[in-house]
Amino acid sequence: MSAKEKVPATIANFVDERTGAAKWLKKNLTKVFPDHWSFLLGEIVLYSFIILLATGTFLTFWFDPSSKEVIYNGSYEPLKGLKMSAAYESALHISFDVRGGLLMRQIHHWAAIIFMAGMIIHMLRVFFTGAFRKPREFNWVIGIGLLTLGIIEGFLGYSLPDDLLSGTGIRITEAIIQAFPVVGSYLAYFVFGGPFPGESFIPRIYTVHVLLLPGIFLALITAHLMLVWYQKHTQYPGPGRTEKNVVGYPLMPIYMAKAGGFFFVVFGITALLGAIASMNPIWLYGPYTPGQISAGSQPDFYMGWIDGLVRMAPPLETHLLGHTISWNILIPGLIIPGLVFTPMALYPWIESWITGDKREHHLLDRPRNVPNRTAIGAAVMMFFFVALLNGGNDLIATHFSSSINHIMWFARIGIIVLPILTFFITKRVCLSLQRADRELVLHGRETGRLVRLPHGEFVEVHEPLSKEEVWKLTSHEQPGALSLPENDVNGVSRPGRLLSKLRANWSAANAEQIAKPTKLELEDGAHH
Amino acid sequence: MSKELNPIENPGLPEHVHRKTDVDPKAEKRAERQVASLFALSAISTVGFIYSYVGIKKDVYTFIPILGDMNVQQLMLGLCMSGAFLFIGIGAIAWARFLMPDTEVIAHRHEMRSADEDRREFVETVKTQGAAAGIGRRPLIKRTLGAALGLVGLGPIILLRDLGPLPEKELEKTSWKAGTRLVTDPGDRPIKVSDLEVGAVVQTMPELAPGEERTLNNTAKDPVLLIRLRPEDFNLDDERLSWTHEGIIAFSKICSHMGCAVALYEQQTHHLLCPCHQSTFDVTRAAKVIFGPAARPLPQLPITVDAEGYLIAKQPFTEPVGPSFWERDSK
Repeated sequence: MSAKEKVPATIANFVDERTGAAKWLKKNLTKVFPDHWSFLLGEIVLYSFIILLATGTFLTFWFDPSSKEVIYNGSYEPLKGLKMSAAYESALHISFDVRGGLLMRQIHHWAAIIFMAGMIIHMLRVFFTGAFRKPREFNWVIGIGLLTLGIIEGFLGYSLPDDLLSGTGIRITEAIIQAFPVVGSYLAYFVFGGPFPGESFIPRIYTVHVLLLPGIFLALITAHLMLVWYQKHTQYPGPGRTEKNVVGYPLMPIYMAKAGGFFFVVFGITALLGAIASMNPIWLYGPYTPGQISAGSQPDFYMGWIDGLVRMAPPLETHLLGHTISWNILIPGLIIPGLVFTPMALYPWIESWITGDKREHHLLDRPRNVPNRTAIGAAVMMFFFVALLNGGNDLIATHFSSSINHIMWFARIGIIVLPILTFFITKRVCLSLQRADRELVLHGRETGRLVRLPHGEFVEVHEPLSKEEVWKLTSHEQPGALSLPENDVNGVSRPGRLLSKLRANWSAANAEQIAKPTKLELEDGAHH
Repeated sequence: MSKELNPIENPGLPEHVHRKTDVDPKAEKRAERQVASLFALSAISTVGFIYSYVGIKKDVYTFIPILGDMNVQQLMLGLCMSGAFLFIGIGAIAWARFLMPDTEVIAHRHEMRSADEDRREFVETVKTQGAAAGIGRRPLIKRTLGAALGLVGLGPIILLRDLGPLPEKELEKTSWKAGTRLVTDPGDRPIKVSDLEVGAVVQTMPELAPGEERTLNNTAKDPVLLIRLRPEDFNLDDERLSWTHEGIIAFSKICSHMGCAVALYEQQTHHLLCPCHQSTFDVTRAAKVIFGPAARPLPQLPITVDAEGYLIAKQPFTEPVGPSFWERDSK
C-alpha cells in the first residue's frame, strides 16, 4: 500500500479504536434515502436554521440589546442628532457602518422568512401525504412544537431593533399579555419590568432570542432528525416499493453530494435575496416612541394571521363587578390559536381513531386517494389564508382602492364560510381525480390519434398504460367504513354514544371513494 | 393489504436506463468539465468578495431599476457571496446527478416494534429494578417525595417575582392633572385657541415642570389629540360638551383596543382611525367606536383655558387610558 493509500486507513483506525464507530458507520454510510423533490422541503428548513445561527452570531458581535437612550451620530444623515435606544443605534451601525453588515442583517431576516415558510410547506407535504401516520407521530408533534416556537422566535427577532414598526408590535403583545383575566396586569409588569415600554424588555427578549429558543430548537431538531434516520424515510408508492423496503440512493456518495450541495444552494439563494431584495429597512421607520406610528403597520407573514384575526374580532368586552375581560383580544389572540394548534398536534391520533388503523405506514398517500384528509387540510389552509388576508386589509384597501369595511366583513363571514366550501370542493375534486385515474387505468391514455373505422366511424386510439403506471394508480388501499353499532349485543346503548356516532359518520365519509378497477375489470378493459 | 384487491401485482423496480454520461465517454468528459467550471466560478466569486470588501468604498450608492438605491459594496458582497455558495452547490449536485452511479438500491425496513421477547424482558427489568427501590412498599417515602417534587418547582418560580414591580394603580394614572397645560409634541409650545383653525388636529403632551424629562413610559400614556370642529358638529351630552372648549375636543391618542397610537384623522367625516387594527372612532360622538375591534371609546380629556388663554386640562382623565386589563372598572 502506498503512503497515500494508508492515510484513510490510519484515520479510520485512530477513530475506531477510540469510539468503535466503524460498525455503525459501515452500515450507515450506505443508508438508502428515497428521492423526491418534496423531500427537499425539510432540508431547506434545516439549512436556513444553520444560516440563521451563523448570520445571527455575526450580528450579536455589534448589536447592543439595550434600551438606554443615546443620540445618534452615525453615518445615516436623516437620523443624525435624534434620540433613540442603543439597540436601534447599533442596528443602524450594523446596517451602515459595518462592511457587509446590512447584507448579514438582510440574509438573517430572509433566512427567517424561508425558515418559517419552509416549515409550513414541509408540514403541508407531511400532512397531505399521510407521512405523520404511525410510527411518525412523535415527529409530527415535534414539528408542531418547532412551528409554534418559530413564530415566537421570529417575532422576538424582528422586535429587537426597536424601530417604530417593531415597537408597535411589542405594544400589541403587551396588550395581549395584559388581557389575561385576573393576572394580566401583573404578568405585563413582570415581563416589562414595570410600565410599558420600560428599559427591560429588549435585553430580556434578546436572551430568549439568541440563547433560550435556539437551544430548544437545536434539541428538537436533533430529535427530529434522529427519528427520521432511525425510522427511515417514507417513500412514495411505485413499482418495486413496498411497506417493507426503502428504494433510493445511498448516503455515500450520492446524498452527501446532493444534500451537501443543496445546503450551498440554499445559502446562495438566501444570500442573493439578502443582496438585492431590501428587507425590513429599519432606518426608514425611525426610532420607537409609543406616541407615533406609521400607517400600514404589518407584522411578518407568520404573525399576520393572528393580526388578521384580531382585526376581524367583534368589539366584545365584559364589564362585571368592577372588572374587564377583553374578549376582542382573548378570542383571536389566544383562544382561537389554541383551538387550531391543539387538534393539529393531535391529528395523527384523531385520524387513527377514526379509521381504526393501528398499523405502521411507510408508503405515502397520494392526496386524492384520501379525500377527507385532503379536504380537511385544504379547509384549514383556507382558514389561515383568510385570516392572513385580513391581516393586510389596510394594504389591500389602499392598493386596490376598496373599502376596508367591506374587506373586514368579507373576512368575518369568509373565515367561517370559505373553509366549509373549500372542504366540499376539495373533496369533490379528489373524487373526480380518482375517477380520472380509474378511466386512465381502464381505457389507457388518449393519444390524440384519430382512426377511421371501415364503416365510417371515427375513434381516438387509446394507448394502454404500462404495468408500472397501472401499479402506481391502483396500489393504494380503499378501506370501507367501520361498523360501529350504536347498541352493544345486549341492545344497551354503548358508552360515549355521541363520540361513537361522530366516529361512525366520519369513517363512513372516509369510505366515500371511487372504486379502483378490479383485476377482472382491467382484464376486461384490455380486450376493448 | 390483501392481494386480490389490487388489479395487478407489484411489477418490481423498472429496468435501469443508462444516462448519456454512462455510455458516452465524451458526454462524461463534458460533464466533468462542467462540474469543474462551476467550482472554479465559485472560487472566482470568492476573490470578487474579497475585492468588494477591501476595494469598494462603503458609502457609494447607485440606482438600479426595480431594486432602487443600492449600496454598491453591500450589493457586490452579497452577489459574490451568493455566487461563491451557489456554484459549489450546483456543481456538487451536477456531479451527483451526472457522474455518480444512479442505480436505485433497495434496503429492507423492519417494524419499529421490538421482538416480543425483548419487550417482555424490558417490562420484567423495569419491574424487578423498580421493586429494588421498594417504592411500592414504602408509602411514607412515596408521599413525602411526591410532596417535595410538587413543591420544588416553586423555588425558581418565586425567583421570578422580582422581574418587575406590582402594577398597583399605576395603569389607571397619567401625568394629566387639573390645570396641566397642553403643549405641542414635538415643540413643547403651549397652545391658544386661536392657534387652531377649524379642522386642525394637533398632537399634544402635558407640559413638563422645569427640569423634568419626558420618558417613554410617559409617552406610552400621555399623548392627547386636540381636534377643532365647528361647535354645531358635536353630538354630545351636556357633560361631554362641557369638556370641550370652543369646538376643541381632546382625546387620548392611545387606542382603547391594544394601545397603538390612533394617528389617522379623516377631516371630512370626523373619524379617527387606528392603523393597527382599523378601529374607527367618531369624534363628534365622543369617540364612539363605529367600526373595528375596539370595545370602548377613546377616553376624553376635559379641557378649558387658563388666565393667559392657554389650553389646559380641566381635570385628569376620568378613566384609565390604553388597552383593557382585569382590574379596570369599565362602568
